[in-house]
Amino acid sequence: MLEYVSGIITFSLIYVIATVGLAVFTGFTGLFSLGHAAFFAIGAYTAGILTYFYDVNFWAALTAGIAVSSLVGVIIGYPTLRAKLRSDYFAIATLGFGEAVRVLLENLDITQGARGLPGIASETTLPIVIVLTILVLWVARNFVHSRYGRAAIAVREDFVAAEMMGINLFQVRMRSLVFSAGCAGLAGGLFAHYVSFIQPGMFTAALSTQLTASVVAGGMGSITGPTVAAVLFVAVPEALRMASMWRLVAYGFLLVAIMVFRPQGLFGFREISWQSCVRCFRRKPAAAGGGAGE
Amino acid sequence: MFIQTLVTGLAIGGIYALMAVGYSLVFSILNFSNFAYGSIIMLGAYIGYYVLMHMGVPLALSVLISIVGAAMLCFANERLAYSTLRKRNASSLYFMISAMGTSIFLENLVYATIGSRFYAFPEILTQQNVSFGGVSLGLLDVFAIVFSAVAIYGLHYFLQKSKTGIAIRAASYDMQVCQLNGVNVNKVIGWVFLLAGALAGISGMFLGMKYMVYPTMGWITNKAYIAAVIGGLGSLPGAVVGGLILGVLETFVSAYVSSVVRDVFSFSLLVILLLVLPTGLFGKFLEEKV
Repeated sequence: MLEYVSGIITFSLIYVIATVGLAVFTGFTGLFSLGHAAFFAIGAYTAGILTYFYDVNFWAALTAGIAVSSLVGVIIGYPTLRAKLRSDYFAIATLGFGEAVRVLLENLDITQGARGLPGIASETTLPIVIVLTILVLWVARNFVHSRYGRAAIAVREDFVAAEMMGINLFQVRMRSLVFSAGCAGLAGGLFAHYVSFIQPGMFTAALSTQLTASVVAGGMGSITGPTVAAVLFVAVPEALRMASMWRLVAYGFLLVAIMVFRPQGLFGFREISWQSCVRCFRRKPAAAGGGAGE
Repeated sequence: MFIQTLVTGLAIGGIYALMAVGYSLVFSILNFSNFAYGSIIMLGAYIGYYVLMHMGVPLALSVLISIVGAAMLCFANERLAYSTLRKRNASSLYFMISAMGTSIFLENLVYATIGSRFYAFPEILTQQNVSFGGVSLGLLDVFAIVFSAVAIYGLHYFLQKSKTGIAIRAASYDMQVCQLNGVNVNKVIGWVFLLAGALAGISGMFLGMKYMVYPTMGWITNKAYIAAVIGGLGSLPGAVVGGLILGVLETFVSAYVSSVVRDVFSFSLLVILLLVLPTGLFGKFLEEKV
């Protein structure tokens, strides 16, 4: 029982790491990535292959996973973000990218195609994941509150005005894309070393969807909102043992319902912090009023 | 061999063009990527299959029923998922998320209720071949080329000549001014979605007959998006040309290189195009509207 609970926690925290990365990108630059599963897969395969075939140290392999997926983020971001295109072009490009990566994984020799890599060393433990999650959350928080994060928020709100104020649109978007690709890579590496078996079928559009759904439901423009949403979205269906297909039906429904009824997401632009919790318990109306004023 | 590949490519390109036109039609008027389009195509194919196989309706009529069904679904999709956003003047990011949600919802609903089984249409058309000038072609491919051409020309005629068509073109140019001039924009948008849905029904039937009917078949619209980007988002002639180019190039790649790299090739083409020709061949909107 204890093992089962710790398994669920580990799983949800791995998804939290990837979700936080996507939250920094989608929530803070206003671009929509539909291929984040590809970064997750690249991290998982890089780390998995390194420990499986080359006996590389776990931590070195994780770092390599982060590095490679960040690098791929640069490669994919450079042409698509350079031209300052409409966000639709970017979404379509990431959609194609996600599919292309999956096709490559299915057909390369080193990834052993659709058979996948069985028996990767099981190195990821709950303490490691907890520490890394806190670290990623801390870095993301600092990133968002830094000059770069504020520039990203300005870009999201009105990129023409932001550019007039001297913000380099390309640089801001690129930086958060690389950060979020790196997070997804880290999550992928941890995932590979936790389940110890990876195959291309695990990194389909359904995974990208799950990440996007968490970010949107948690609130675009918040870090803690998506974190909570990611935990809920992984832990609740897992604990209730719902069939994965109904879970996806619910994700789709939630995305539409949230857009129609509550576009700011569950937590809106607010962050959950110690102060907001205290305020919430003490004076309910004040907290509610703060949420409504977008 | 060369001409054979070319014609097969044109047949696939014709279906891509159909899908890309349906997608571009919505894009040109509401300025967002309708990712739910693939699911509408998939449902159109399911409707056609069900009517043909379980109700004994003749093929031509079941194509018609699939067209009507997909058009109604597309219309319902707009009214349920997009019209509230439209009234709120939401940014295109919200539209895209809603479209994505619709797509996932419909696709997985089919998974959960009908199942992941692959359904094949009876091989009436795929088995027959027509040959002229030493080139042998599947009858289905011929039908695809002819039907796509007719459907696209019909749409073009409708947009050029009918009153609604003129209103659609005006609204795609400037929705607000169009509204000031007394056009019922709500109705125009309804028409756009009905037309896009009708095209989805046709392409769904062809895809179902050429490949099979299954829940994730809507993912082939990825190609339609790429085709639309090649031609320039929101441009209808661009969508047709982009679809044909993509179809022909893909067929040549699978014939002469390998069918495995086909999808990777399409994606690389997209990225290279974004680098050298970001607006596409006939594009009008380069940057986001403020």
